[in-house]
Amino acid sequence: MLTPLSVTAPASAPTAAIAEALSPTSATFLSIRNISKRFGAFTALDNVSLDVRQGEMVCLLGPSGCGKTTLLRTIAGLAKQDDGAIHAHGMDISHLPPQSRDYGILFQSYALFPNLTVAQNVAYGLNARRLSRTQMQQRVAEMLDMIGLSGSEKKYPGQLSGGQQQRVALARALAPSPSLLLLDEPLSALDAQVREHLQLEIRRLQKQFNITTLMVTHDQEEAMVMSDRIAIMQHGRIEQFDTPDRIYRHPATPFVADFIGQANWLPFQRLSPHQVSVGALTLTVDEAPRQHMGNNDHGRLFCRPEAVDVSPAADAANRFSARVVDQIYLGDRYRMMLELDELPGQRLMADVANDVRARLPDVAAQRMWIALPQQSLHLFA
Amino acid sequence: MNTSVQAPPLAITSTSVSKPASTFNRDTATANALKYFLLLLLVLALALPLVAVLGQALLDRNGAWAGLAPWSKLIANPNFFPMVARSVGVSAATALLVVPLAYLFAYGLQRTLAPFKGLWRAIALLPLLAPSLLPGIALIYLFGNQGLFKEWMNGSIYGFWGILLGEAFYTFPHALMILLSALSLADARLYDAASAMGAGSWRTFRTVTLPATRYGIFGAFCLVFTLAITDFGVPKIVGGAFSVLAVEAYKAVVGQQQFDRGALIGLLLLIPALLTFCIDGWLQKRQRAQMSSRAEVLTPRRQWRRDALYTAILLAISAALLLMIAVAVGASLVKLWPYNLKLTLMHYDFDNMDGGGWLAYWNSLRLAVGTSIVGTIVIFTGAWLMEKTRSNRLLDNALRFLSFLPMAVPGLVLGLGFVFFFNHPANPLNFLYGSMAILVLCSVMHFYTTAHLTAVTALKQIDPEFEAASASLKVPLLRTYLRITVPLCLPAVLEIFRYLFVSSMTTVSAVIFLYSPNTVLAAIAVLNMDDAGDVGPAAAMSTLILLTSIAVSLLMHWGLGYWVRRAQAWRSAGKKH
Repeated sequence: MLTPLSVTAPASAPTAAIAEALSPTSATFLSIRNISKRFGAFTALDNVSLDVRQGEMVCLLGPSGCGKTTLLRTIAGLAKQDDGAIHAHGMDISHLPPQSRDYGILFQSYALFPNLTVAQNVAYGLNARRLSRTQMQQRVAEMLDMIGLSGSEKKYPGQLSGGQQQRVALARALAPSPSLLLLDEPLSALDAQVREHLQLEIRRLQKQFNITTLMVTHDQEEAMVMSDRIAIMQHGRIEQFDTPDRIYRHPATPFVADFIGQANWLPFQRLSPHQVSVGALTLTVDEAPRQHMGNNDHGRLFCRPEAVDVSPAADAANRFSARVVDQIYLGDRYRMMLELDELPGQRLMADVANDVRARLPDVAAQRMWIALPQQSLHLFA
Repeated sequence: MNTSVQAPPLAITSTSVSKPASTFNRDTATANALKYFLLLLLVLALALPLVAVLGQALLDRNGAWAGLAPWSKLIANPNFFPMVARSVGVSAATALLVVPLAYLFAYGLQRTLAPFKGLWRAIALLPLLAPSLLPGIALIYLFGNQGLFKEWMNGSIYGFWGILLGEAFYTFPHALMILLSALSLADARLYDAASAMGAGSWRTFRTVTLPATRYGIFGAFCLVFTLAITDFGVPKIVGGAFSVLAVEAYKAVVGQQQFDRGALIGLLLLIPALLTFCIDGWLQKRQRAQMSSRAEVLTPRRQWRRDALYTAILLAISAALLLMIAVAVGASLVKLWPYNLKLTLMHYDFDNMDGGGWLAYWNSLRLAVGTSIVGTIVIFTGAWLMEKTRSNRLLDNALRFLSFLPMAVPGLVLGLGFVFFFNHPANPLNFLYGSMAILVLCSVMHFYTTAHLTAVTALKQIDPEFEAASASLKVPLLRTYLRITVPLCLPAVLEIFRYLFVSSMTTVSAVIFLYSPNTVLAAIAVLNMDDAGDVGPAAAMSTLILLTSIAVSLLMHWGLGYWVRRAQAWRSAGKKH
């Protein structure tokens, strides 16, 4: 778009920077601004904003009723927002009908047309006026090859397994080359093995096509496996929008911490910027007081069960003696229910790998030392 | 492979960026246009005629509020209260007779291993294919002045007993259908629990079966009562001096030109119909809520004594229903029942008799074909619009209400409404009066709700996301409707067609007020011939109607069924997997 007049190296860098700044499509493909949606007294979406980059895969994750499906349907034009705007490709699509928005969509129910063959389903969105018969057949063959279902052209959806049907639905959605792919819990109806396989397959095709993708799911593992970034939603709001790793290790809110993975919660009082008390214990923490804690000097302290150190060095910080109350076998690890001697009545979960547990000295005596590493402690109001 | 996938023939930019997309939503516009058209139709052919009945009953001749004056005039008539009592009495008696019998019949079909269930079921549904005049005629031939068993009833068939038996025949299949569906829902786990606790069969019935079906029983009772009190086919033929409200309304309008009196009685008949309608809606919700999704289907086990008993019951009731039909058919084929039983087709020589002749029969065929074609298209498309598209809430709710309204309106009231509305000299649609078109319109409205519900049930079973998927693929809504929705619902569409055909073939109640000499119908000819004392030809015409209905039903079942199965290869293909 900007023709460089000079071919020297130093000049090209600022040119690229300018181009990126001028064209919103190069970075952000889909921009959602202050979307609100109410159903009567119920607020489904509360002032939601979200930017999705070109070629990125984003998951909308949250419990049922959090507004994730409503947000997806609003982007699809299947529901109408009360307020706010949606831009795709830098173009305002807020008020466009679904037909003019240029996306492909997958549903939990597949929504394949049962009376059409696989080939007819895939060809359904190909414009008969702009493509010749051979071009259409070629495109259908290409798509079926891509999903590994060549040879199933003449079958009806009812003759395919659930996983195969959802792959056909994916081929149908991608056949007209949309610029955006929307996935509405596409794998929820499938059993675990097929689901895991399709997660990787969809992710592979998404990368191959470099197609911007938004997926709704309530399965945190699925969101972790598939996304570049995850938007955790609750009560019609986005609680945190970040990479899977940061969401897991640095949850922004107690809700996110609780929703993703397991969590220990301990009530604390702040003693100094890096010291808190929990009951009779004094703990050292990394985190300085956070803004959202306001002036609160007490709250809840959060620690993942697998972050609990069960064989700490003698001089480790936050090291306490504990009694083993119960142990639950989880296959790849044990979950030990502990009670700290100085914190009676308060349970603490620690996830311990099988081999680590086998090496624990005092496990038979039901007593052990643990440490709560300060970098894995987070404070919430 | 990679390169071909990454270089799709349709470039992204050509579709969405270069051309500024319009915010005009073609699909919404189409759906809205169709909905407003349907609304116009329902207002013109349903709402305004009903308003006209109200106006006729509540306003005086100058259009001013008449207050209670017409009512007090109606009540002042010394015959009025006895007539109400007779109507209510005979209808309640019908319900008390029919519901237990239909319950036994339905129980035999759903909960026992009696043989030939398909046959019993088909026989029990036969009355739906005959005009309600047929049982009246059959009763005359059985117990009337020329009856086979004349001395049994001693002439008292004309009146209470005749109406009771005739209405029982006419309403039996309606009650049966409700009870069949009520008894089809059973949770096997409850029966296992009951027998594990040592409950005997009577106790199990009392504590499990009966409570689970009480809504169905109540619903059947209300429906039979309403059908009986608003029907005037049977009492017209065998009522004799036992005058009831429905016949009185008919006489007031057709015989005496007392439109306001007819309208008032029509409004009275609307009360039980409206009540039944409301109760039915409430019952259906309760019935559905009762059955959890985890219920296990109950399959009856072999119990010889019970199965034998129910076979005998099924046989006896079927025989009684068949006897009525056989007598009417038989009498139409002999010279002079019961004295000269020589076979003859003389009663079928309709052109040499009063009542309309063969013209009436051909007219009925035209009406039935017209109603089923127009009705199927309008009602199914309407149901689809209501189920699968969203417009402004007011429009959607108005359509929904108007689609359910016909169920609450007896044919008699609808017919009166058409007279008052379309026959009004100031109505620009006045030209329709006396045409075949108005008969088609009236019949479509009369049978709207049942057909609508059939369509809704079928539409609810298909994936709710088809419209969204099709919009994302940029395919016009109507194209998906015709290419996907209609083929998927083909069995329901054909059932609607068959139902509309049979119903308009047999109906009398609404169209009796609307026919002209050129558009006289077969069922009306039956009434007129019976009035003129030509009972033989009346039986013959009833037989012809019945045979036509049976033929069309069988044709739809076998002939078209074959075609449908071929067109729906995907259905069986799915099952083989």
